[in-house]
Amino acid sequence: MAYKNFILVCGGTGCESSRSDEIYKNLIKEAEALGVSRDVQVVKTGCFGFCEKGPIVKVLPSESFYVEVKPEDAREIIAEQVIKGREVTRLLYRKDKKAETTKLQDIEFYQKQFRIVLRNCGVINPESIDEYIARTGYHALEKALFEMTPEEIIAEMKASGLRGRGGAGFPTGMKWEAARKSPGEVKYIVCNADEGDPGAYMDRSTIEGDPHSILEAMVIAGRAVGANFGYIYIRAEYPLAIERLKIAIAQAKDYGLLGENILNSGFNFDIEIRLGAGAFVCGEETALLQSIEGKRGMPRPKPPFPAVKGLWGKPTVINNVETLANVPIVLTRGAQWFSSIGTEKSKGTKVFALTGKINNSGLIEVPMGTTLREIIFDIGGGIRNNKKFKGVQTGGPSGGIIVEKDLDTPISYESLTALGSMMGSGGMIVMDEDDCVVDVSKFYMAFCVDESCGKCAPCRIGTKQMHGLLDKITKGQGEEEDLVKLEQIGKAMTKASLCMLGGSAANPTLSTIRHFRDEYLEHIRDRKCRAGKCKDLVVYEIDPTKCIGCGLCARKCPVPCITGEKKKPHVIDGSKCIKCGECFAVCKFGAVIKR
Amino acid sequence: MAKMTLDQLRALRAKKQEELERRNVEGKDIQVIVGMGTCGIAAGAKLTFDAIVAALEKHNIASRVVVRQTGCMGLCYVEPTVEVVMPDMPPVIYGKMTSEFAEELVVKHLVEHSLLDNHIFDRPAVDIVKH
Repeated sequence: MAYKNFILVCGGTGCESSRSDEIYKNLIKEAEALGVSRDVQVVKTGCFGFCEKGPIVKVLPSESFYVEVKPEDAREIIAEQVIKGREVTRLLYRKDKKAETTKLQDIEFYQKQFRIVLRNCGVINPESIDEYIARTGYHALEKALFEMTPEEIIAEMKASGLRGRGGAGFPTGMKWEAARKSPGEVKYIVCNADEGDPGAYMDRSTIEGDPHSILEAMVIAGRAVGANFGYIYIRAEYPLAIERLKIAIAQAKDYGLLGENILNSGFNFDIEIRLGAGAFVCGEETALLQSIEGKRGMPRPKPPFPAVKGLWGKPTVINNVETLANVPIVLTRGAQWFSSIGTEKSKGTKVFALTGKINNSGLIEVPMGTTLREIIFDIGGGIRNNKKFKGVQTGGPSGGIIVEKDLDTPISYESLTALGSMMGSGGMIVMDEDDCVVDVSKFYMAFCVDESCGKCAPCRIGTKQMHGLLDKITKGQGEEEDLVKLEQIGKAMTKASLCMLGGSAANPTLSTIRHFRDEYLEHIRDRKCRAGKCKDLVVYEIDPTKCIGCGLCARKCPVPCITGEKKKPHVIDGSKCIKCGECFAVCKFGAVIKR
Repeated sequence: MAKMTLDQLRALRAKKQEELERRNVEGKDIQVIVGMGTCGIAAGAKLTFDAIVAALEKHNIASRVVVRQTGCMGLCYVEPTVEVVMPDMPPVIYGKMTSEFAEELVVKHLVEHSLLDNHIFDRPAVDIVKH
């Protein structure tokens, strides 16, 4: 039995709710009725992501992409496509009613993701250097060693407009140039793989999926800058990424693509891995260098910048994983191609780890200039369980919350900073109406309290004080002047901290106060948490008119603090209640009320 | 292999490119590619991998199949993911492929040439390296 056609019917939640299951059944029925069930297989699939135009039916191998299909269209699809081999043009996707029909690969939705950094991720075996080489791997290195001078490499990087993907967005070409111009015989290239934001895993996935792209980029950077040695600083909690890096380094050395006299060019470059213990502050470049040197990871004031005085006092280039993963492609495809992608000042793509209350959490890569709405609602498939979107946190504990009204801003380094957040390394946490902004701010501040290295007072004391104030508010003991204090301390920390950990630690709090002041005031004035997250503000009570006195809640209560006679309304003792919510969950009569 | 020269690297690339293009390794014409990022492994990709290998043996098709691992395909919400590339069939990405579905995958897709319900997901982006 060999099928000639495969009809894929979307069985995602969105399409299913618009009767895709009926379409699926009708297609099978019609195929039988018309006697072609041996020629076609009808299959129900996972979500195609393009929910807006659902229900979606895709036919292979012709790649016909049918949208807004109705169950009664099944007969026509079978009769035309399967029997006569013609597409049902009226069902094909078109941008608007008058537009021409669009081929699958030209559909905007599928064009929204564009993979440069993740080009090999999910395509090649990361433990095979041969497969990397087959996909133009180490071709950029050939160019860098035999066709270009170091100055030309730097000029190409500058022309490409590539900027640091670690978050700050410093132009990579300029960083390399500064290090090249710094006097000194010995220079270093460092790859920053100390990814520490909660919910971020872009760099880990890049290394796990395509480790050779990082190695190749580091050798190129070494050639451009005049360095012969590189370190990859990666946290020990990424064992798989480390394992694959080790394999990749061994393979590259074996092939002579790392080590002495690379490809007989006379250029030497070697790479070693340095494991970090997972301190967030070690992602800060000066602290990272201290850690590599075997000292306690603490930042130092800049300038001098590492490009002038870095590792062991020598000029050092520090690039983040994602930045480096772009480098080989910039050289193979050319700066002009690269700079044609993205916005005026932010070129290329950005990888995001999409997490939180979103349907399609995952690793995505989009061109700069894509809007957050496109990312969250088109690619991410919208909010889980049809809840209402509340905000999205970009930049992790250093970023801020972005709300509904700003979702149409095209993403760039500048636009996100203007919204009071930042690009950051690419973690993107989506929140819905069940998330409490005060609670979220407290979470991020607690993270910063833990991770502050303690070297400078603004960060060491400021994070602790802000956390105390936030904690007070979530416990229902807040006062209105606490908001003023939070803003004052936050601003002082932002200005006076030694490094960006303290300099950005106040961002989540300040941005949520700006956008959700009413919710903070609700916590303070009304002692109320609308999301029900702040336990101390939730009160459980029993409605005496509904309670039949079954005693189930009293038996389940772990304290216990529920009393009452059999078959008579029970009472919760609020002074003893620990707000576990067990009574609320078990009551079959809706008598327990959560306020 | 000894250290390479530029010409050797180019020759290797040309050779491997052809191989990767055909997705043919030593006369095997079917590729089963398991997504093995941390997300995939956490969701059970290693078990899936082993179960696929076992199922291939059981159904006497192992000689035609290369089972490979790759990095995260980006579809973390439906891990483990498995891509199947074989002649006369469109390339397909399957999600939520925990080990209990391995045998179904081998029997249905590889042996009977039919697709699996409720496991098909779309490729996240066009491939820039081929252009």
